[in-house]
Amino acid sequence: MNSVLTFAAEGAEVQGTGPAGTIGELTWLVPLLPILSFFVILFFGKRLPNRGHAVGIAAVAVGLLVSLMGLFELIADKGFVEKSWTWFEFNAGQSLHLEFGMNFDFLTAVMFVVVCTISLLVQIYSTEYMHDDKRYTIFYAMLSLFTGSMLLMVIANNLIQLFVGWELVGICSYFLIGHYWEEKENSSAAIKAVITNRIGDISMMFGIFALFVIGGTFNIPELNHLAHEGHIGGTSLAIAALLMFGGAVSKSAQFPLYVWLPDAMAGPTPVSALIHAATMVVAGIYMVARMFLVFESAGIALAVVAIVAAITMLLAAILALVQDDIKKVLAYSTVSQLAYMMAALGVGAYTAAIFHLFTHAFFKALLFLGAGSVIHGVHSNNMSDMGGLRKYMPHTFKTFIIGSLALAGIFPLAGFFSKDEIIGGALRAATGDHHQIAAWIVLVSGIITAFLTALYMTRACVKTFWGEYRGNGTPHESGGGIVTPLWILAGASVLVGFIGFPVIGPFADWITVPGHEHHGFEALYNIVLPILATVVAVAGIGLGYVFFYKRDWRVDILNSPFAWMYRFAQNKYYLDDFYLNGVVRPVQYPISRGTYWVDRKIIDGLVNGVALGTLATARPTYAVIDQQIVDFAVNGAAGLTGSTGGLLRYIQSGNIQRYAAVLFAAVAIFVALFALT
Amino acid sequence: MPISYFLVLSAFLFSLGVYGVLARQNAVLVLLSIELMLNAANINLVAFSAHFAEAGLGGQVFALFVIAVAAAEVGVGLAIVILLFRNRQTVDVDEMSYMKW
Repeated sequence: MNSVLTFAAEGAEVQGTGPAGTIGELTWLVPLLPILSFFVILFFGKRLPNRGHAVGIAAVAVGLLVSLMGLFELIADKGFVEKSWTWFEFNAGQSLHLEFGMNFDFLTAVMFVVVCTISLLVQIYSTEYMHDDKRYTIFYAMLSLFTGSMLLMVIANNLIQLFVGWELVGICSYFLIGHYWEEKENSSAAIKAVITNRIGDISMMFGIFALFVIGGTFNIPELNHLAHEGHIGGTSLAIAALLMFGGAVSKSAQFPLYVWLPDAMAGPTPVSALIHAATMVVAGIYMVARMFLVFESAGIALAVVAIVAAITMLLAAILALVQDDIKKVLAYSTVSQLAYMMAALGVGAYTAAIFHLFTHAFFKALLFLGAGSVIHGVHSNNMSDMGGLRKYMPHTFKTFIIGSLALAGIFPLAGFFSKDEIIGGALRAATGDHHQIAAWIVLVSGIITAFLTALYMTRACVKTFWGEYRGNGTPHESGGGIVTPLWILAGASVLVGFIGFPVIGPFADWITVPGHEHHGFEALYNIVLPILATVVAVAGIGLGYVFFYKRDWRVDILNSPFAWMYRFAQNKYYLDDFYLNGVVRPVQYPISRGTYWVDRKIIDGLVNGVALGTLATARPTYAVIDQQIVDFAVNGAAGLTGSTGGLLRYIQSGNIQRYAAVLFAAVAIFVALFALT
Repeated sequence: MPISYFLVLSAFLFSLGVYGVLARQNAVLVLLSIELMLNAANINLVAFSAHFAEAGLGGQVFALFVIAVAAAEVGVGLAIVILLFRNRQTVDVDEMSYMKW
């Protein structure tokens, strides 16, 4: 807190644009509070009466309040803030000027509200869900750090700060996936997440360097401006944008790097809801949206984004159909929905992408927390151990159904509005004059995915809540700490869609591409599409009912000629095996052999050499320096003290009159001295 | 009367006291000699106080304090001498050199 204040007070190059409101100026508090709360919980959490959760909840609650006030201030047409403070400067040859800064506009505000709301509800939920966990305090510390880092990334006005936040959320994700690290599987999942993300992060780092070389700045609004005005462009910009997109591919789990996200479900369920569904994984979407003008000006980049996303959404939706673990169904669903947002950006439907991000956060968090509640009640992740839960867990059942319908895109729930905007955006781009082929691919795969989404959610609901209970013991409804956030999120899933109601919803006025004329949603709106989407979704639900409730689809398909397709999907397209046997092992073994050789020959040689050298030096040191010099000094000092004491002790006769004589003699001497001088 | 008379008397008494402290064997006589030195100082104080009368009566008051402190000192000193006599059956200061090495 203080550092920012002092920097501002020092006036070290503060640059601001736009009419500034008072709350907008204060929004740097929003990321700062959770980060402070992280340190408080880390150092004092175990001594606090509630093991630290109150601090985390309070920090993010204040953050949410400030974000909402900031959003309202923006709606009142003021408060847009972009400013930065010098972090440090190099002046070696070319001057390198690093800043940290803040950029508070509608995109930031919407992300703030999403992150803070979900984080707040997840933390409240976790007080009950994680109640008996032995690492409860560190869990809350990590949730706080994660929230703070995500907000830091969102508020960043330059690429370096964005990258710092980006990496911090990655490391928090690692810690939280590996929360139950006692089981090897979970710690492996955490490592897999980090390594997969690292591939994208390196790509993104080079993207940042490339943009700096091309544009000469890390400042995001400036880069957008340069790209939009055509000052930078061409192949170099396309390569830079694609490198940046590489980061988004790993962070937002796009094909072919989505493999980490389903494994990330090894973490506690609240973490899955917060990080691996609602917030961290949208970082890639956010980054592409933030750099949208760069991507738009970068030739082929947006078309690549669209096609990668179109492939991802289909592949992931199919995988969601064959999972038994309820969290993995939701994980693949998340991958698919993230691809939806990415595809929307790819076809230029900027507003629709952010709107889907916004609505998806609520209903996907709801679904994950609902799944957590089910897991809490059943003590198993597998849907084959569930069934019939609607009688045992009425609240979880109702909210989960609301979340599923919202995800499937049924009117009037949130997903309906945002999904339509994306399909509408794809149609507009397909009939436009750029990248029509990519847009057509997005349009077709988007509609198929809508169908598949309804299908797999019906399957999940049927297997979880209908039929007979197949698990052990009697499931029980969760307590108030879990059910309350569920109902709040269910309410939000019903209501937030109306913010983006076609034509009249205000969302389209908030989120617009900077530097473009106002698209809004009107331009996208086409009455045929919502009807088509609803028909497709209802068909998905109907077919799902027939396939999964009336009869066992799995048995049918395994007896059919299409059994290989089922197996192919169940093995996750062998993508993990390909990575393991095709990439990891061939790289790992030679490297580990080489490292072993280096260890034996070079490191050991060094260590032994150092040891021998130390020994060779130590012997003469002992014989000469220690025995001769140091001991002589010590013994000499002791002997000198002894002999001096022996001489002085004769003075100590014990005869009082002799002492008195010395005293008087001394007085006489002093008197004589004074008298003479 | 010139002040030097008093100072000479005082110096004589003080020297007598010093001699007594240094030369006497008997602890009681040593204490008496200390009293002589204190009183020599008292004579000095009173004499100067009278000589510099405009400076107030500080010197005489000081002399009273010295008398009071001397009385206390004699009390403590005689008590020590008695205890020594009880333990050692002697008051000869030459015999009391136990505090040497």
